[in-house]
Amino acid sequence: MKPPPFTWHGPRSVDEAIAVLGEVGSEGKVLAGGQSLLPVLAMRLAAPAHLVDINAVEGLDTITVDASGVTIGALVRHTGLLRHPAAGNAQPLIPQALSCVAHATIRNRGTTVGSLAHADPSGEMTSVLALLGGSITAQSTRGARTIAAADFFVGPLESTLAPDELVVSAHFPGTVREPGTTSGTAFAEIARRHGDYALCGVAAIARVDAGGALLSLRCGYLSVSEVPLVLELTDAWNDSERAAVELARVGVDPSSDIHATAEYRRSLAGVLTARVARTAIAKARSVPELRAG
Amino acid sequence: MTESRPAGRRLPVTVTVNGVARTADAEPRRTLSDFVRHDLGLTGTHVGCEHGVCGACTVLIDGDPVRSCLVLAVSAQGHDVTTVEGLGQPDTVTELGPVQRAFRDCHALQCGFCTPGFLTTITAGIAENPTPTRDEAVDMIAGNLCRCTGYQNIVEAVLTAARYAAGDDTPGGPAGHGAAGVEH
Amino acid sequence: MATRYFGAPVKRTEDLRLVTGRGRYTDDIGAGSAEGLLTLEAAFLRSPHAHARIVDIDVSDAIEIDGVIAIYTYEDLEGAAAEPLPVLIPHPALHAPRTNHPLAKDVVRHVGEAIVMVVATDRYITEDAVAAIGVSYEFLPPVIGLTAARAAHHLVHPDVPDNVSAHLVQESGDARAAIAAAPHVLEYTLEIERSCSMPLEGKAVRARYDVDDQSLRVYSSTQTSTSVRAAIAAKLGMQLGKVEVIAPDVGGGFGVKIMHPWPEEIMVPFAARQLQRPVKWTEDRREHFISSSHERAQQHEVRVGFDDAGRVLGLDVTFWHDNGAFTPYGIICPIVTSTQLLGPYKPGAYRVEFSSVYTNTVIVTPYRGAGRPQGVFVMERTMDRIAETLGMDRTAVRSANFIQPDEFPYDHGLIFQDGRPLIYDSGNYPDQLTMLKEMIGWDSFDALQAAAAVDGRRLGIGIGCYVEGTGPGPYEGAHIQVQTDGTVDVAIGLTSQGQGHQTVFAQIVADELGVPFEKIRVVTGDTRRFGHAVGTFASRAAVMSGSAVALAARKTRAKALEVAADTLECSADDLQIEDGVVSMKGNPSVSIPLGQVAVLSNPLRYAFDEAAKAATQFARPTDPSVPPVPAGREPGLEGKDYYSPPRSTFASGMHAAIVEIDDETSEIRIEKYCVVHDCGNLINPMIVEGQVHGGVAQGIGGALYEIMAYDEHGQLQNASFMDFLMPYVTEIPQLELGHQQTPSPLNPLGIKGAGEAGVIPVAAVIASAVENALGMRISAMPLNPSLLHGLRAAAAATAVES
Repeated sequence: MKPPPFTWHGPRSVDEAIAVLGEVGSEGKVLAGGQSLLPVLAMRLAAPAHLVDINAVEGLDTITVDASGVTIGALVRHTGLLRHPAAGNAQPLIPQALSCVAHATIRNRGTTVGSLAHADPSGEMTSVLALLGGSITAQSTRGARTIAAADFFVGPLESTLAPDELVVSAHFPGTVREPGTTSGTAFAEIARRHGDYALCGVAAIARVDAGGALLSLRCGYLSVSEVPLVLELTDAWNDSERAAVELARVGVDPSSDIHATAEYRRSLAGVLTARVARTAIAKARSVPELRAG
Repeated sequence: MTESRPAGRRLPVTVTVNGVARTADAEPRRTLSDFVRHDLGLTGTHVGCEHGVCGACTVLIDGDPVRSCLVLAVSAQGHDVTTVEGLGQPDTVTELGPVQRAFRDCHALQCGFCTPGFLTTITAGIAENPTPTRDEAVDMIAGNLCRCTGYQNIVEAVLTAARYAAGDDTPGGPAGHGAAGVEH
Repeated sequence: MATRYFGAPVKRTEDLRLVTGRGRYTDDIGAGSAEGLLTLEAAFLRSPHAHARIVDIDVSDAIEIDGVIAIYTYEDLEGAAAEPLPVLIPHPALHAPRTNHPLAKDVVRHVGEAIVMVVATDRYITEDAVAAIGVSYEFLPPVIGLTAARAAHHLVHPDVPDNVSAHLVQESGDARAAIAAAPHVLEYTLEIERSCSMPLEGKAVRARYDVDDQSLRVYSSTQTSTSVRAAIAAKLGMQLGKVEVIAPDVGGGFGVKIMHPWPEEIMVPFAARQLQRPVKWTEDRREHFISSSHERAQQHEVRVGFDDAGRVLGLDVTFWHDNGAFTPYGIICPIVTSTQLLGPYKPGAYRVEFSSVYTNTVIVTPYRGAGRPQGVFVMERTMDRIAETLGMDRTAVRSANFIQPDEFPYDHGLIFQDGRPLIYDSGNYPDQLTMLKEMIGWDSFDALQAAAAVDGRRLGIGIGCYVEGTGPGPYEGAHIQVQTDGTVDVAIGLTSQGQGHQTVFAQIVADELGVPFEKIRVVTGDTRRFGHAVGTFASRAAVMSGSAVALAARKTRAKALEVAADTLECSADDLQIEDGVVSMKGNPSVSIPLGQVAVLSNPLRYAFDEAAKAATQFARPTDPSVPPVPAGREPGLEGKDYYSPPRSTFASGMHAAIVEIDDETSEIRIEKYCVVHDCGNLINPMIVEGQVHGGVAQGIGGALYEIMAYDEHGQLQNASFMDFLMPYVTEIPQLELGHQQTPSPLNPLGIKGAGEAGVIPVAAVIASAVENALGMRISAMPLNPSLLHGLRAAAAATAVES
């Protein structure tokens, strides 16, 4: 299990990186954390002729938290983001989901942006990005563009990123702060072993008014569809928990594998929807009402 | 300038390992685990799966536990790598480091193949959290596979190592019923 | 009396090197040295198809790759190496044994079978070359799984018309008549899936050929270096004396490394001799999945007749064992199932019949437990079903069937795996059950379960009992030599894979010889030091080598006393050895250190060291009428002896668990796990406990996580650690362990084996607990939440229909 040969490029800046990517095009692959790419290479399931190693690129390891949310550079490791208090305050789903990503040692090396670029529908952060309506920013010698999550993930391990583009950052919107409303979030997943890819995972974001009435409930799903799935469950939940669960069960499109049947995954989607929705709503109701503005 | 290393060419790679700058020729595709083991001769780092699941190859890069089978040697240039050899290689058990000593005292190893990955992981873990609870001890080693011990004694070793590192030398022993290890 | 080491939880001597990165595993040998630079690396092109005829192999592109040294196919083999690999343990019931060749000849019969060996300057290049080899195949229909094998619509071997390699019937009493006459009869089918040993270090072989000496030195990550040596010598046409095999540190075995010779154990030395350079092969994880061995898959049909008290009057079991594509190890696993199924019980009559069948999958050889987990699953499900039928407590049914303490030795009237009668040597099962019930809280569980149910929690309690034949012969030996500095070298041929042999055998020698523990050095599995051995398997190391070490130490001690008696001009009976010093009983001032006795034992004592110089003080004028080495004595203070038992010893144990099932997700969580274990006298309780901990963890893996998921084409779908789910710490509960000690009367130390014990009953225990939690029957293991969800949904649907 040794990687096939490739030419290695070690750019020091984004400009250098995109210059190389522009030259090697579809023959190239970006190496950031490598926690998904290197196993694929070791198993010789892919053989890119060029690897563009961005680990020494300056300026990509920043986390910016502002009123709009959390923006992370392409070299921010999961652990760095998980331990960033301001990021977690701005968007609690980030640490809630990140703590379920593999094991600590993988999180020390793996990058959050890398896992988004990998576009794995069983990835926790792809699902969170989709649920929050976040975006990624890609750069190439042709310029930069920002792509909404909904337009980015198009299939299992498939995105709309062009071969010459480097994802330089991702943006996770923060908690919506509207006067008279409060929000709560929750994340849960079930895996065969702790740290494995989830058989099903659900992220929830709920918003209630000052009286505690549910204004909005949305859930993001992983491992139960070909692309990260987001379901709008507000009306259903206001009807009954059972109705929301049923909507989730019919809304997901799981498949069977050696670890779980599609039917089991569908059942988990229902169970987890109820669990995270209850938690998120309870949290929203327990937040002291925000000061206006 | 972007440095490029052509496929198949063995060029010098320099990594600081256990505090010493070490250089050897390596292809760009060479993993850090193979580089450390076969090019530098530090065979304490073990390779159990080569796809990042077992944790036997865990080393510290700039102090953080990382799978050395999932890092290219060339990517580690300019970084500090700590392998199990860097945790101390005394000739007597009394001079072992706290984690090493706790493993022996608690019978936290059998074949010893996964052990270096646990030792490096726990060394970093108790540096970050010097007083782990049992649950935190479990969490600390949750990404390392052991096929021999059933983990019970490894969890005990994490707690014992934390005590040793804090200067409390009350001897730790294996978990559960019965024996506390006897020194001879 | 000085410190007694036997029975003490002595810390391990192995650990100093293993916690400092100074262990030496096969792939470590030569690393970073000049020899490492010279060493070539092998890799194998392995069949991607489960069943195919090889039409053509094109290596023309591969041989052009820079760094490739040699490429071998079957055509390059000659002499015995070109013959099929041996059947290690032939048996009259194995009527159609088939084995593969070191490299495939004409037809491949499982995904992973080696076809081509490439040798190159490093493994990366070797793998490039493997990828560049073109093989064309003519596809043949694969036979996957027991059901397909039994149907025999297609054949794995064209000359085995029903896919059956072996068929064996054993009977004690007339079981069928007893069942026919019984007041109650039950009949059901029980299944266990494939799993495997999966040590964290895979296999590895390194060979170096000495051209001047025409000899081979081979390192192998094996459980039997002596037998690998014999196999290499035979297959490569070399004198045994020209082949050395060393098992250095071995990163776990659990059975897979007792199988030998692996094709690579022949091919790597073959290449090293031909290329006259060191060659090594280190198995990677994918190779280990598809080209080592698996175990466990069996289907059982059970008929049992019993009375109103729950006593089994007749038991009739017919089962099918999936042996994979070849039978190099014989049929040990199904023989073990067929005999060890009986556990601690004495059915009125027993009949067992098995068929071992070929499939186009990886070979099946013993994995820790070796057929016992299946047998225990069958028997314990039977006990639980009898209890359910009669409305009895499950432990009461077991008690009604136990062999009683006064019935030992107990003869089952069957033949065991070692070809000897199945006679249990000692045990006390009723006491064991009493201990276990106390530990798990059996009698108060109903209240706990009811209280939990009020909170909507589903708890269940389960139990499983087993008896494990351990320490089978034929023999092991040991050699002990006292050096002139008073240190003691102990050599055994049996290997170690982490069981602490260097520690426990030193404990035995320390007591038997009367020397300090830290002066003893134990070498295992090195044919340069000890040539005759069998191997580490079947929980036999402590029983067999432990006994041999004790006997060799006693011989050495006797000789030390004789030599010292000559010198001190007294009778050996007047002397004692304590703390490494021979002294006069009652007058300890008259003494000689053991090291000086070693000097005195050899009349040629050039004064190389201080001990030799010091010994001259004891030199006496020699008697010219007697030769310097008297008749019947050998120079040197050493002793060698062998232990060969009449038959196996029988360890036993009982496990119980409390599980909680998540009603919504069907997740199964083990709340409490208790073990009572009897392996006779304990040499080192700390090490025994470690063995049990690890065994239970592997058992939990086998019960809830690990399967070999073959698809209908014979592709192993989970050949990685991502998808073959060995438990992490997060999946394993803390376990509580109790020891019972009923010494074995069969060996000098009263010990029984402990290595495999922990794993054996776990699947049965978990099944029992899940049944208890959910009130439904579990007939197949392993179980996982998705499967359980399906079973519960099906049960609910049936309930609605009826």
